[in-house]
Amino acid sequence: MAADSSAIKKLLEKIGEQGLFFKAFVRNLFKPGFEWSEFLRQCYFIGYGTVGIVMLTGFILGFVLTLQSLPTLQQFGAQTFVPAMVSVSVVREIGPVITALICAGKIASGIGAELGSMKVSEQIDAMQVSGANPVQYLVVTRILACLLMIPLLTMVADGMAFLGGFTGINVKGGMSSILYFRKTFGGLSFTDLYPAIIKTFFFGFIIGFVGCYKGFNSNKGTESVGLAANSAVVAASIGIIIVDAVAVQLTSSLVYN
Amino acid sequence: MENIIELAGIKKSFGTLEELKEINLVVKKGENVVVIGKSGQGKSVTIKCIAGMIVPDAGSIKVFNNEVTDMDEDALRALRIRMGFLFQSGALYDSMTVRENLAFPLRRVLKIKDEEEIEARSVEVLDAVGLSGALDKMPAELSGGMRKRMGLARTIIVKPEIMLYDEPTTGLDTITSREISALICSIKEKYKTTSVIITHDMACAKITADRMVIINDGICIANGTYGELEHSTDKLIGSFFK
Ligand SMILES: Nc1ncnc2c1ncn2[C@@H]1O[C@H](COP(=O)(O)OP(=O)(O)O)[C@@H](O)[C@H]1O
Ligand SMILES: [Mg+2]
Repeated sequence: MAADSSAIKKLLEKIGEQGLFFKAFVRNLFKPGFEWSEFLRQCYFIGYGTVGIVMLTGFILGFVLTLQSLPTLQQFGAQTFVPAMVSVSVVREIGPVITALICAGKIASGIGAELGSMKVSEQIDAMQVSGANPVQYLVVTRILACLLMIPLLTMVADGMAFLGGFTGINVKGGMSSILYFRKTFGGLSFTDLYPAIIKTFFFGFIIGFVGCYKGFNSNKGTESVGLAANSAVVAASIGIIIVDAVAVQLTSSLVYN
Repeated sequence: MENIIELAGIKKSFGTLEELKEINLVVKKGENVVVIGKSGQGKSVTIKCIAGMIVPDAGSIKVFNNEVTDMDEDALRALRIRMGFLFQSGALYDSMTVRENLAFPLRRVLKIKDEEEIEARSVEVLDAVGLSGALDKMPAELSGGMRKRMGLARTIIVKPEIMLYDEPTTGLDTITSREISALICSIKEKYKTTSVIITHDMACAKITADRMVIINDGICIANGTYGELEHSTDKLIGSFFK
């Protein structure tokens, strides 16, 4: 009983702490003196550092998805539906979620470790006590960079999945590129696209926010840097999956009806 | 002389541990006050209270006659511009070169845009701390003593009126310690700063202190010049000079 109430108290404290961190982010978002060069540097880091693995994963996903569904649909003589099926599932669900999870592993952990080590070595305190604004310089730039780059990376992943699908379909039998891409894009409607894109902005926010929060609030001691990186990945991944579940519910009741 | 820093009745607990019980400290304009105490006695906590980084549970902190505990973030930022804080670790921004470290407070705190001025001021402070020619080095390439000098350079580049030093000589060899102590004195002369120097290095205290305060168990137990305290008959005070 006593253990329960102290656990609940801890949880509430954490939520309160995150609320304050969010408030600090929003307040500094609209302060004059936006750090453009740091923002662009972060966009470059995030984009350049992740685009390779995102492209590879997207390609393989499209490829595998096509090879897996081809035999089943062939039984019904419906293999021409494969491109549309792949494109819809990639755009609606697989592209955004897989890209976000990869970025949680790569970017949220990177930000957590970077800011965590700055915290441990008192660099963040030094910025603050010099009268500079570490939230504006470190947090706002990173969260906004994630907010911008995760949707772009998702689009790259989607595009690569289409290419992977085309390759897959030509491994077994064949389909001309014109027919394939006409089927792929013909299967997509605007209502597949925009809820997915909106969702990716939330994913981007979660990745940036969790990474910054974990890094900024890491404790003293070098082991806490690893802990910040590690818990950033876990928390961001869980956040992404929860937001995805909510988003699927919302879109199926609001958009597809 | 007017009081620049005034701590009265500062208390601070972490969890159930009462680290600061009753800290009183007055620093007058142009003074170097050395705060001595054993490790883990709350010296760093005290100095962080002065800079508004830790909020005490009770007591008053006046800097330039303004109450720090009442300040909002913007007021604190304005105060901190007039204050320099040297961290024990140096706290250099290790992803940036020395040049970028020095430019950081100039660009982001003083909002200086003029690149020539930034360059000139960087060269000037590096000369002042005896690190000329290190502009394009990375912090990782600097030795312990050089990191301390570098941290000092980044702090004085904004020409603060108050300097807060947290263990400026800890972890350095005797000769380098003496050089850093001398540097603290020369900064006081050159920039007319008012300083609080936290240390447990008596050699550093002897060189830098105009006045000394001894903290033990969260309470100030002594206040006086090095010479006065050195000849104190009190056993506890005497033990610091052995
Ligand atoms: N932010 C903090 N949270 C919890 N405990 C702290 C914090 N800062 C300092 N302490 C504790 O206060 C005590 C005094 O620390 P400190 O002021 O760093 O000692 P020192 O005199 O060696 O500088 C230590 O026991 C330390 O664990
Ligand atoms: Mg200390």
